[in-house]
Amino acid sequence: MIGLGLPRGFLVTLKNFVRAPVTVQYPDRHVGLFGAAKEAGMNPFRFVVKRPVDSIKAIAGLATVPVALEQSPRFRGNEFTFYEDRCTACASCAKYCPLGIIEIVSVPGKIDAQEGESYKLEVFDIDIGRCMFCGLCVEACPYDALHMGTKFERSTYVRDELIVTLDELNAAEKKPSSFYRPQFEENAFDPYTETVDDHYDAGRHERPSDEDLKKKWVDER
Amino acid sequence: MDPAFLDNSLWRNIYCNLAGDSAGCAAREYSAGMLPTGMEWLAFALAAAAIIGLFVNGVLGGVIVLIWGERRLFGRFQTRTGPNRWGPFGLLTPVADAIKTMFKEDVVPKDADRILFNLAPVMIAAPALLVFSVIPFGVGTYVADLNVGVLFIMAVTSLTTLAVLTAAWSSGNRIAILSAFRSVALLISYEIPMALALVGVIMLAGSMSLGQIIGAQSIPFILVQPLAVFVFFIAAMAEMARAPFDLTEAESELAAGYLNDYASMKFGIFFLAEFMAEISTSAIITVLFLSGWRGWEPVPSHLWFGAKLILVLFVIIWFRMTLPRLRIDQVLKLAWKGLFELTLINIIVTAVLIAIWPEPTTTRLWIMAAVNWPVAIISIWAVSKLLGTSGYDDTEPDSDAPVYPVATEQIPGSAVHISGVTGPDTQARISSPANSHIEQGGN
Amino acid sequence: MAIKTQPVTVNLGPQHPSTHGVFRLRVMFDGEEIVDVEPVFGYLHRGSEKLAEERTYTQIVTLTDRMDYVSPMLNNQAYMLAVEKLAGIEPTQRGVWLRMIAAELQRIASHLVATGFLLQDLGALGTPLIYAMRERENILDLFEMLCGARITNSYLRPGGVFMDAPTGFWLALDRELVDIVNTLDELEEYLSGNEIVFSRTKGTAVLAPELLINASITGPMLRASGVDWDLRHRNPYDYYDRIEFKRILHTASDNYARYWVRVQEARESVNIIRQCVAQIEPGPVRPSFDDVPRLIRPPKGDAYVAIEGSKGELGFYLVSDGGIAPYRMHVRAPSLINLTLLRDMLIGGLFGDLFVSFGSVDLNMGEVDR
Repeated sequence: MIGLGLPRGFLVTLKNFVRAPVTVQYPDRHVGLFGAAKEAGMNPFRFVVKRPVDSIKAIAGLATVPVALEQSPRFRGNEFTFYEDRCTACASCAKYCPLGIIEIVSVPGKIDAQEGESYKLEVFDIDIGRCMFCGLCVEACPYDALHMGTKFERSTYVRDELIVTLDELNAAEKKPSSFYRPQFEENAFDPYTETVDDHYDAGRHERPSDEDLKKKWVDER
Repeated sequence: MDPAFLDNSLWRNIYCNLAGDSAGCAAREYSAGMLPTGMEWLAFALAAAAIIGLFVNGVLGGVIVLIWGERRLFGRFQTRTGPNRWGPFGLLTPVADAIKTMFKEDVVPKDADRILFNLAPVMIAAPALLVFSVIPFGVGTYVADLNVGVLFIMAVTSLTTLAVLTAAWSSGNRIAILSAFRSVALLISYEIPMALALVGVIMLAGSMSLGQIIGAQSIPFILVQPLAVFVFFIAAMAEMARAPFDLTEAESELAAGYLNDYASMKFGIFFLAEFMAEISTSAIITVLFLSGWRGWEPVPSHLWFGAKLILVLFVIIWFRMTLPRLRIDQVLKLAWKGLFELTLINIIVTAVLIAIWPEPTTTRLWIMAAVNWPVAIISIWAVSKLLGTSGYDDTEPDSDAPVYPVATEQIPGSAVHISGVTGPDTQARISSPANSHIEQGGN
Repeated sequence: MAIKTQPVTVNLGPQHPSTHGVFRLRVMFDGEEIVDVEPVFGYLHRGSEKLAEERTYTQIVTLTDRMDYVSPMLNNQAYMLAVEKLAGIEPTQRGVWLRMIAAELQRIASHLVATGFLLQDLGALGTPLIYAMRERENILDLFEMLCGARITNSYLRPGGVFMDAPTGFWLALDRELVDIVNTLDELEEYLSGNEIVFSRTKGTAVLAPELLINASITGPMLRASGVDWDLRHRNPYDYYDRIEFKRILHTASDNYARYWVRVQEARESVNIIRQCVAQIEPGPVRPSFDDVPRLIRPPKGDAYVAIEGSKGELGFYLVSDGGIAPYRMHVRAPSLINLTLLRDMLIGGLFGDLFVSFGSVDLNMGEVDR
């Protein structure tokens, strides 16, 4: 009936007015006194007595609490996680990259104590400034050496700094995304709280036992 | 100096404190002025400067708070938080905005008429500020209580459109000109229902002075004059070009309308004037229909006024957040065919009621309210029936209307031939040829 | 005295808040009335079709994400169907179900965007838009669970999808379907009876069904005129033949009908997803690499597959010369073809309706210019 549509609309907006906001505040969230006290791990009274300056700031709306974004473990982000020990320098990732932004230079001669000879990586550069995080390189990697990362903050003032080199990759925190890596999902691995430091744990195969290694590398030769 | 002009105004308080027991201050006891005798002219000038400083800064401060409040409320209506990063609860956000606006480059288009282009912001800011001079913000807090206060407000607010037209014309921009046309059309249409809506209030109060109108409201006129409130509220929204009547700067059509070519603080002044208009409109509604600063003791009158003002502002923002914009023809139709009639009905009914019960006392006002509300509801319903196009309930499609039988080979009335598709094919899979309109083309 | 009037030509765009991207309209106004319209586009041309000739079939998925960037899953689906037809790949069951679920979620998201922006064009200052986008965010969260990205999904691979849904996905999907229905209810409560929306959209930009058919316009625009043309029903791809769903038709063919059809279709998509969830079975999500290698070399030939995209018939035409990259790719972009009747929609209308009618086409400049 005419004339009822508009009031109904007003009620809908009023209903949303009292709803909790959906805004995700990042990197920190403004909290009141109770939030600040909770963050400090005290009850509000104790907080006021112990830290009067902070509690005044909290009442004035100036206290902030850091916020971690809720992300899926499959998040395709930057800071690729790379395990050099798993890499055979096969350059599958470079071949599969739609933009051709992975540069690999390898030389023969890397000797692994357990696994024998393989190619050694000289250069492994990813131009993250042009990367679109499609994940095809990770999908192509046959030895699970390259994984997507889970971070997204990498702004710089200089484009050259967006080229991630081998040293940077090795030094980076190992928080691999479970994108195309079902083994992480099976272990319920959470990249936002845990890290995978051992390159054996990053593979989709079980860690070989010493007998297996001996059989493969000593007995069969 | 006309004693009536000075009586009990803020200006008088300051002036008399400075000048002491002089001619204009006879009504009150002032032992001695701060200035020696013979310096009345200095007292006059100082009082004037103080008033100007007080009001301009007060209004600008109000605008700053309103910008913050409006953005916070927008956020809440849209289930966001709104600005909250800069300062406590984001209160410093408008300050940051103002600083940013001031330091922007002041661009004047090549084809612009420089003089008018620079004059337009002044022209829009002056009337927006002038309105505040007659508004009583509390007991004794006003610059002047004109005996033609309502008329003054109507006259001054109309000047806004002149400024908009100047801005649009001088910037030499076609989009701006379209916006100015709309602005003028809105003004001409809505000035009439707005003025006529106030006639009922003036008749009831027997005066055009805002102070006396407040004095006459032993019950708020929103109860006695529902039609007038309805019409005045809509017309005021249209006058200050707020949604759903924001045709002049319709963001999704005209980008920013007449503001397109303004940058830096000139744009800032337009922006301020817009918010000043919002505050002044709310203040006028508060004074005329919500009994202004009247309330119950011991709460001070200023607080009553502020609370009512904020309430009206909230309703305006709520309207703005909820309603889509009307089209120009609908806006004009609403003014001339809808609101105009409603105001006439209101005037006739009020006139009859006053003829029956002259000298309205509180009881008589209640009786008038009892008569006016049914009249208002019936007439609004009747006018909306008259105005509304048919089919408001018709959300579902018409079941009788023909549905095109595309499944047949030939579509009537067209030469389109659809081949290969005859309906749901259970075998149609990716590899099956029936999935494609083009079988195997040349290579 | 007769007043001499003169039409004014105004450039709307490419920088304009409601041209849905970088689009330019040269409009001639007589007062508020539109006398002539000349659409100018191509500002967002990125040469996707040419770039595709330099990429392998799997790599092209990333290009399709960026065509219609409000419905990348549907683009992925259409492209993958074309590749599968070209290379004769038999997709896996679970892969097909998963991509159907993803595509229908994407359709809801796209319709929510279309509805929200239509109301934004009506001048509703963002409130309904944000209600719609809020729900779209939740759908994008589901996509992030599925494939790790929100918009540039690249979820589909020849023969299925790259990875099965994570364990938490199904529960989240169930919850989200309820939320979507609630949001649609709320939007309809807010807008379907709203007198201003009614008077603004009813009877504006009416197009005759014959005209629409002759201009080969498809999608919700065509269905709003009463033409029962939905490729999911007419020419079922994937497993749409195993799904029962209602075809949404309106007969008014005005802006309101288009809005209405989109909202109802989003409701129906919820229904379709529920049926997909009921029928999905465990199994591999993509063929083994023995059957479908990473590097596909389809035989010489060509293939065209069209699906019912969120905006209309979305078709991919691929020509193979036997190599690892297509010899030629062409996209039948519904956004572009739906634009062809823009002049019929706009001329004679008022300025206020210009962007409403324009928005009711639901076009996406990424797809128009590709």
